[in-house]
Amino acid sequence: MQIPDIIRQIPLNYYIWFSTALFCIGIIGVLTRRNAIIIFMSVELMLNSVNLLLAAFSSYKSDPSGQIFVFFIMAVAAAEVAVGLAIIVMIYRNIQTIDVGLLNKLKW
Amino acid sequence: MSLITLIPLLPLLGFLINGIGFRHVPKSLAGIISTGAALASFACVLSLFFGFDGKPQIVSVFDWITVGKLNISMSFLIDQLSLLMLLIITGVGSLIHIYSIGYMSHDEGFGKFFAFLNLFLFFMLLLVMGSNYVVMFIGWEGVGLCSYLLIGFWNKNNNYGNAARKAFIMNRIGDLGFLLGIFLIITHFGSVEYADVLERVTDGGYASGDKTLFYITILLFVGAMGKSAQIPLYTWLPDAMAGPTPVSALIHAATMVTAGIYMIIRSNFMYSLAPDTLHIVAWVGTATAILAASIGLFQNDIKKVLAYSTVSQLGYMFMGLGVMAYSSSFFHVMTHAFFKALLFLGAGSVIHAMSDEQDIRKMGGLRKALPITFITFLIATIAISGIPPFAGFFSKDEILAHVFEHDKVMWGFAVFGSMMTSFYMFRLLFLTFFGEFRGTHEQEHHLHESPITMTAPLMILAVLSAAGGFFNLPHIFGGHASLAEFMAPLFAHSNVEHAAVDESLEKTLMIVSVIAALVSAGLAYVIYVGKKTIPVADEQVSGFQKVVYNKYYIDELYDKVFVKPITALSNFFSSVFEFLVIDLIVEGIGKLVKALSAEARLLQNGTTGYYIFAMVLSIAIIIIYSLKSFILG
Repeated sequence: MQIPDIIRQIPLNYYIWFSTALFCIGIIGVLTRRNAIIIFMSVELMLNSVNLLLAAFSSYKSDPSGQIFVFFIMAVAAAEVAVGLAIIVMIYRNIQTIDVGLLNKLKW
Repeated sequence: MSLITLIPLLPLLGFLINGIGFRHVPKSLAGIISTGAALASFACVLSLFFGFDGKPQIVSVFDWITVGKLNISMSFLIDQLSLLMLLIITGVGSLIHIYSIGYMSHDEGFGKFFAFLNLFLFFMLLLVMGSNYVVMFIGWEGVGLCSYLLIGFWNKNNNYGNAARKAFIMNRIGDLGFLLGIFLIITHFGSVEYADVLERVTDGGYASGDKTLFYITILLFVGAMGKSAQIPLYTWLPDAMAGPTPVSALIHAATMVTAGIYMIIRSNFMYSLAPDTLHIVAWVGTATAILAASIGLFQNDIKKVLAYSTVSQLGYMFMGLGVMAYSSSFFHVMTHAFFKALLFLGAGSVIHAMSDEQDIRKMGGLRKALPITFITFLIATIAISGIPPFAGFFSKDEILAHVFEHDKVMWGFAVFGSMMTSFYMFRLLFLTFFGEFRGTHEQEHHLHESPITMTAPLMILAVLSAAGGFFNLPHIFGGHASLAEFMAPLFAHSNVEHAAVDESLEKTLMIVSVIAALVSAGLAYVIYVGKKTIPVADEQVSGFQKVVYNKYYIDELYDKVFVKPITALSNFFSSVFEFLVIDLIVEGIGKLVKALSAEARLLQNGTTGYYIFAMVLSIAIIIIYSLKSFILG
């Protein structure tokens, strides 16, 4: 099947570089920040970079299954946000902060 | 359930009731249950025997082991040989059960004793009824266990416990040989069923003197040596006299010790093709017969004399097997079961009357106090000495005649041995029942004839000892050798030479051995009744007699050569090897793991960022690794 011109105007490589950049930003966010909500947002960023890449490949290959994956990931991410935020709220209630650096009791 | 499976099952049931219910089943009932089980088995055997049509019958109870092509089933074989063995075991066994009710009546372990006796009967029946070598082996091990339990029955005495252990360990040496023999049979014939092995051997075209058969038979014979107390594994049997006397009569005279002979007769088709083994069997038997008889000459313990006599008589049976006189050997097994059981039970009656005194130097003149015991003991003595027309005469002379045909020198030894037999038996008889009483006053006061439960079996056995020879009356006395004829189908495949011994020669041989027996009996009379000689106390024995009295120091020799070095070796291992090698390795591994984990656990420091960093790093490494070719080009 022919790929529409409007999509071909932007080459696939651009999408790959863009997604990689987003993903790396997400990783750096997760690694460097100590605020649980920021870490959470960074994780979402990584998920969405993957979503973008999947959608791009799907369009360029004219195969809808990639986009179906994206829907699934979105649904799972939404559920994950609900649970994750609830956990963060509980952490805050217990120790009055959401700095993950202080959560270091679980060790030998 | 058929009659055949019922035979071993009844004693097992008796064992379970008396064993589990020990101290709960009342004494009077325990004896009745066990004896009833034995008698019921005997009744089953009798009905089988009279309904026997000459065709072997196999009853399969269940398939036991099936591995690849090898199939071992728990099945019973009823043929001429097992029927005769069954008759002896259950018949003599029942009598000894009845006897034990009287003999053990004052013992606190009464119920336990009967439980063990029944267990023994069960295993012994399994041994002779099994239709393959493995079932025989189970029985073989089982009777060994019961022998151990019953020798050490009075387990508060350390010496008795040691005797039990000695018997068990010496039997294990033999059992190893037997087991290896079974393995060889499995590898070569692919089956352990007697019928299959027989078929493979006859169809396999094995020549006489085949190497395989030689190894199999010699290994089986090692097993027989242990169980039937032949040189060099005989020293356990005299020590086994530590057990109660009925046990000595049942296990260590009439039944268990003849298991080796049963096994060789069962495998006769293999032995007949292994002349070298037969040669060894015959000479081991001869040596044992002579050695044990000579030790018996100077023993002063009534049961020890009988024990050495048993070893010696077993030697005669092996001598007979060695010259392929299988049915004669079996005939001797049978008559020996009668008269030796009788002798032991008689000895038990004497010991009972003497308040547990076993030293014949302290007896004497008992014939007035114990008339029934005396008469029956006399009959048994005449029977074992080989004086006609009692049982021992026929069976022993049959063996001697076959031995003469085979080897004149061996015959000479055998006659010499039977002279010694006659001497030590009459010596025992005269010292015990004739002359003046030499015990203490209390013992003399206590002397009494045993109760009817003890004398009745004595009388029955006395009749059998007197008349047992007529079961197989040889042709020269107008008999039909009916036992030999009955057993003939068993030896159909082993080319037993039926060259009838020349009748006049046979008569001459008989006369020679009877005269020999009578002369030594007369000698014993002159020494112990005429001159009233009493064996001297242990310390005064000197010279060669001392060597013989101490059993040629064989026990001491075994102790020095085998026991001490092995004890030293195990001591070495327990103190040095265990400490330096085993402990070092085991503890070393433990310490190493502990040291490593002490370092490794620091990695788990609780910081979330650190974990995430480790995760990202690991994922990166995995990605790089899997895209290695892509990245490196």
